[in-house]
Amino acid sequence: MTASGRDYERPDHRPKRKTSAPKAPARKKKKSINRNRDFAIVTYFTVFIFVCMMGYLAYFNAVKSSEIISNSHNPRLDAFEDRIIRGSIVSSDGKILAETVTEGDSSYRNYPYGNVFAHVVGYSSETAGKSGLELEANFALVTSNAFFPEKILNNIKDQKNQGDTVVTSLDTVLQETAYNALGNNRGAVVVMEPSTGRILALVSKPDFDPNTISETFDALNADTTGASPLYNRAIAGQYAPGSTFKILTALAYIRQNPNYNSYTYNCSGSITNSGVTVNCSNSTAHGAEDLILSFANSCNSSFINIGLSLDVNEYRSTCEDLLFNQKLPTPLSNVKAKSSFKLEEGSSAAEIMMTAMGQGETMVSPYHMALITCAIANDGVLMKPSLLDSVQNYSGSVIKNYHSQEYQRLMTKDEAAELTVLMKAVVDQGTGMALSGAGYTVAGKTGTAEYSTTNKDLSHSWFTGFSNVEDPDLVVSVIVEGNDGNISTNAVAIAKQIFDVYHSR
Amino acid sequence: MVHLIIELSKYLMIILFVVYVYKCFSYFTDKDYYEQDSILGTQLALIFLIHFLGYTALFFAMEDKRTLLGILYLLQVGLFILTQSLYSVFYPKSSRLVLNNMCMLMSVGFIMLARLNTDTCMRQMFFAAVSIVISLFVPVVVRKMKVLQKWTWLYAGVGIACLGIVLLLGAVTGGAKLSFDIGPVTIQPSEFVKILFVFFVAAALRERTDFKYVVLVTIAAAAHVLILVASTDLGAAVIMFVVYLIMLFVATRQPLYLFAGLFAGSGASVVAFKLFNHVRVRVEVWKDPFANWDNGYQIGNALFAIGTGGWVGMGLTQGMPESVPVVKTDFIFSAICEELGIIFGLGLILVCVSCYIMFLNIAMQIHEQFYKLVALGLGTCYIFQVFLNIGGVIKFIPMTGLTLPWVSYGGSSLLSTTLMFAIIQGLYILREDEEEEIERQRARELRKQRRRVRYDR
Repeated sequence: MTASGRDYERPDHRPKRKTSAPKAPARKKKKSINRNRDFAIVTYFTVFIFVCMMGYLAYFNAVKSSEIISNSHNPRLDAFEDRIIRGSIVSSDGKILAETVTEGDSSYRNYPYGNVFAHVVGYSSETAGKSGLELEANFALVTSNAFFPEKILNNIKDQKNQGDTVVTSLDTVLQETAYNALGNNRGAVVVMEPSTGRILALVSKPDFDPNTISETFDALNADTTGASPLYNRAIAGQYAPGSTFKILTALAYIRQNPNYNSYTYNCSGSITNSGVTVNCSNSTAHGAEDLILSFANSCNSSFINIGLSLDVNEYRSTCEDLLFNQKLPTPLSNVKAKSSFKLEEGSSAAEIMMTAMGQGETMVSPYHMALITCAIANDGVLMKPSLLDSVQNYSGSVIKNYHSQEYQRLMTKDEAAELTVLMKAVVDQGTGMALSGAGYTVAGKTGTAEYSTTNKDLSHSWFTGFSNVEDPDLVVSVIVEGNDGNISTNAVAIAKQIFDVYHSR
Repeated sequence: MVHLIIELSKYLMIILFVVYVYKCFSYFTDKDYYEQDSILGTQLALIFLIHFLGYTALFFAMEDKRTLLGILYLLQVGLFILTQSLYSVFYPKSSRLVLNNMCMLMSVGFIMLARLNTDTCMRQMFFAAVSIVISLFVPVVVRKMKVLQKWTWLYAGVGIACLGIVLLLGAVTGGAKLSFDIGPVTIQPSEFVKILFVFFVAAALRERTDFKYVVLVTIAAAAHVLILVASTDLGAAVIMFVVYLIMLFVATRQPLYLFAGLFAGSGASVVAFKLFNHVRVRVEVWKDPFANWDNGYQIGNALFAIGTGGWVGMGLTQGMPESVPVVKTDFIFSAICEELGIIFGLGLILVCVSCYIMFLNIAMQIHEQFYKLVALGLGTCYIFQVFLNIGGVIKFIPMTGLTLPWVSYGGSSLLSTTLMFAIIQGLYILREDEEEEIERQRARELRKQRRRVRYDR
């Protein structure tokens, strides 16, 4: 205890003051000011804490709240629709993809493109619920940033305010091209811009008509034919990658063998190891090959030879670097997207052989292949995939712009360049030659994934690649289910139509 | 039409409340007595206006409850008039700013409770009336009973005994039980032990602050806090801890005690985090309420409510505050923000702060150490409860489970806060007495001097 403290706190100073007449009040006042310094400190400190708390509340409302209240647990969002006319969803080329049409007292949701954007734009219905962008951008759609006085006027008149417009990155021309090119096949197409991560087209077939979803939902949902029309195959589909997986096997080999350029293999049309024999496509003997030629020819024997030489753990970690076995970034957060790579220490030779050429237990979605291709086309860096360009109020003033941002580096720049060389060779001299000779260059990888254990002729057709190799501008990933070797409607043919349309503009 | 009335009343309430808050603070800067008097008069008018607007909106929105709402409205107006006039008759020297703020906060609570559940509002009004009647006797006790500062260890004994009984009964009935039903009333003893605790510390530290004695007092204070922690009443434990630290710091003027206390407090928090599951859960929920929805739905829903309401709110009866669990007690602030807006919520915080500043002002102006410390302790107790409640609801800090004084539903909370308020009113009157005493003294001295001068001549 300090001496000064004892001085001040002696309670006997009051009687003293009484006896020592006029001077006392003045002295007491001075002491009192001194004594009150600690009270003032405590007060200022408390007020400071409260200012922080109030600042936080203001910050919460101005910055954080829009993300929090758009959470699907919030029961208020549905109530919003009672006072707001749900906003429109438009494409990047200004076409309306979804809008609310009001007729008298009733209103309904109109999708001018019908089935074409079914999975990506989704639906919003009282009975069927919400999906796609209708769900993802729900908060923006039921929030009105209309001119403030207009909103107050509407409130007073008890009229609904017009919700905001969501501008997507989708391109109607590319989407329609992809949609038509797939024809009646089951399958999916993903088209992306590698430098920004913007998704320009996302098609999944079979599809449905969002205009009639309220009536057809139960039937679509109960579908048992395996068509699963509500299922978004582009993002959630799980397919054997077929030969497109040789991109990953090649990358693993490049990482584990610095002198990969001196790789040679003599293909006799098949390879046998541990009692398992695998043939090349049509049992073609490719003869002497280096890594580039093996890749261009999509030579199974050579890639099984490579796979057997790999360190399994490093092979696995290379695949995990490329986002296998983990949650993928997805612009539609309610669509689950995860690819699997099952090899591990102690896997049998047969499993390694199948995996190296893209069969076996490996599962991947067209969307994931598109992300890997985007990274290759963008010097190894994957940009965060996005479907939204901006949110505008209904009269067109921008409320929020979404800027492209880096998601993750998947590989080094050199590795990306090396894979580009391999993929360029596929188009120049290998299995993708159908894409050569156009007015633009393409680098890519084809694939044929067997899906029947008994009939080897039944297969899905794969393609993933990008155009304008020097300065990549467009990534296209395609899967066609049950193509069974039909060249005219295979994945390469579909990709070509999309590249053609894009480059003819 | 109904919508129009709700919207208009909402905007008017916000504007009038902002004016009220402005008056709260201009009171401190305007030292002129007549100016202050007019400020207080304006405030009183604003209280009745805001209360009227709130009930008008409710009256139009809740068609099936109109009679009951009318009765509630009239009774509450009666209660405010009676409170104001009783205090000005019996205690003309009491602080009218604090009285106004009490009525304002109570009326906001009444409006929100009437909107959530009219029966609850009726009961709350009954508690308020009883509390105010009891509180009328307090200032005179504080003023006359100088012996209050001598009962140091009696306060500590009674306080620890009460908390101990709660702990034991809680252990017997299994699980955490912080309140007891006596007839129709539920009593939460820790609400009242807080007041005893402040008196204990003030009485103990009023003259002796040597190290040995401080250790002794600290042990007794720690006993309070530890029993509360053991009965999982974390909010009350934190409040008493902070109140003790601040009172100790001011009484001893030793920052060292403050730092040692803060250090011990941080250590204790870490231990509590490691030891108790319910503490861990609260911290995890605070970090991310959406990670585990089973635990986080309470805070999550409060954030939905506040965020959806935005700056100006949805308007009374237009939100969904009932989706927030225990919205009538601990989470009333989220309901206020949702329907009356964040601007109103910020104003409410400022009203509480202005109450606190007035409490501390009183503490600074009193001369006797015991009363100074009591005012400081009660003021800290009040404002810290506000901080823990609102901070918890808006996820600024982890939730501790406390009521918002005067606004939340709850008899114990209402009565204990009103008692604290009455004690401080008593101190304010005491201060006025002191001032008068000094004035009289000065006048007497002056007269004496003059007389002496005359005699000398």
